[in-house]
Amino acid sequence: MKCGGKGSLRWGAGLALASLLVGAGAAYGEPNDNKLVIDGQTLTTEAAAPEGVELDKLYSGWRFRSPETQELQTDDFENPAMVAVDQGAELWGTVDGSAGKSCMSCHGEAEASMKGVRAGYPKWSDKRGKPHTLETQINECRTDRMEADAWKWESSNMLGMTAFVGLQSRGMPVKVQTDGPMAQWHAKGKELYFTRVGQLNMSCANCHQENYGKMIRADHLSQGHINGFPVYRLKWGGLGSSHRRFKGCMENIRATPFKRGSDEFVALELYLASRGAGLSVETPSVRN
Amino acid sequence: MRRSVALTAIATIGLTGSVFASQIAPENVTFVDDIEVPISLTGQAGDAAKGREWYAGRKLGNCLACHATTDLNELPFHGEVGPAMDGVADRYEEAQLRAILVNSKKVFGDQTIMPGFYVVNPGARTAGDFQGQTIMSAQQIEDVIAYLKTLTE
Repeated sequence: MKCGGKGSLRWGAGLALASLLVGAGAAYGEPNDNKLVIDGQTLTTEAAAPEGVELDKLYSGWRFRSPETQELQTDDFENPAMVAVDQGAELWGTVDGSAGKSCMSCHGEAEASMKGVRAGYPKWSDKRGKPHTLETQINECRTDRMEADAWKWESSNMLGMTAFVGLQSRGMPVKVQTDGPMAQWHAKGKELYFTRVGQLNMSCANCHQENYGKMIRADHLSQGHINGFPVYRLKWGGLGSSHRRFKGCMENIRATPFKRGSDEFVALELYLASRGAGLSVETPSVRN
Repeated sequence: MRRSVALTAIATIGLTGSVFASQIAPENVTFVDDIEVPISLTGQAGDAAKGREWYAGRKLGNCLACHATTDLNELPFHGEVGPAMDGVADRYEEAQLRAILVNSKKVFGDQTIMPGFYVVNPGARTAGDFQGQTIMSAQQIEDVIAYLKTLTE
């Protein structure tokens, strides 16, 4: 390759230069080998691919980010998502709605009761006859138990709460149910993952399964795992849900996106969670 | 009467860019052996300088998003999803370049990630503004071909 290309810049000596490099072929190539350690806890950013997933190995999206972005996630004082987590923590203990309850009224301290919860969502709900995402579960608590108004999917309250609840599972392996009543949702999500859409006629798999690790213009393609959501995205300047990210991807390929919370995106979220089974929950993660 | 019918027909083609009477519509492009489109889509010579712009433009071809190109080294962020385009003119004939640009899947097979740039509604759920539209116009395709023909080694 004449124009620089892979190998012209390697992790290590070239790190300081990486953020300055704007020339052709400023390729990062493979996921880097950095270790994600937060507060002394080592998170799993690399795991064997689950059965049926055509990847040699799973890599968290963290491994594809620049060292500068990575560092923001390794220190909770630097992590810009922690403001939202604090907001979630406050909401946890705040009474709202005509039943006079807060989350804490039923669940007690989140550090104990919410441990592991994020890792298992989306989760089947007999009551709904379909899977719950963390967002819909929170809203069911709000409307049915607290008799409070539901929050909007992408509201700062919802993002703060999903970030706060998610943090209680940080470091635990993602593990969602894909059998029983979840099987057809999983199958639907898989179908969507491989369906080409939009004027650019691409599927999720085209980029995130077949071309991860490569640069697509200024973006370093990851495997598209969702173990860090809600994520603080530098491009957004704030937190966003996985469904917001799905919507952005679909718009990029000039397709009409599904709606946040739609059956399609719930199925896709389930399938993506299952593809990333074994990676640590990183909520709240930081990406560019 | 015949004249007005012809004009209406041209007007309803509704493609981006200029519409010439001799322009070949996306559904009428003739492939030879699935690897060549020998006839110009417009009958007009391509403009290499304009083609260079379409090639790099994020809202147009955005070819650079996937293909690193030394000739465009003044621009940042060359992709690596597809092969580098240096010397592409030595590797492909004009008719082959046209076939690849019009509908890469005819040439490389359905699995290729490369979009067809002169195909209408290839994927499901194409967003409103893009329905019925090709990614580039016929003349833009010819311009990009003219540009690619300058990439020799």
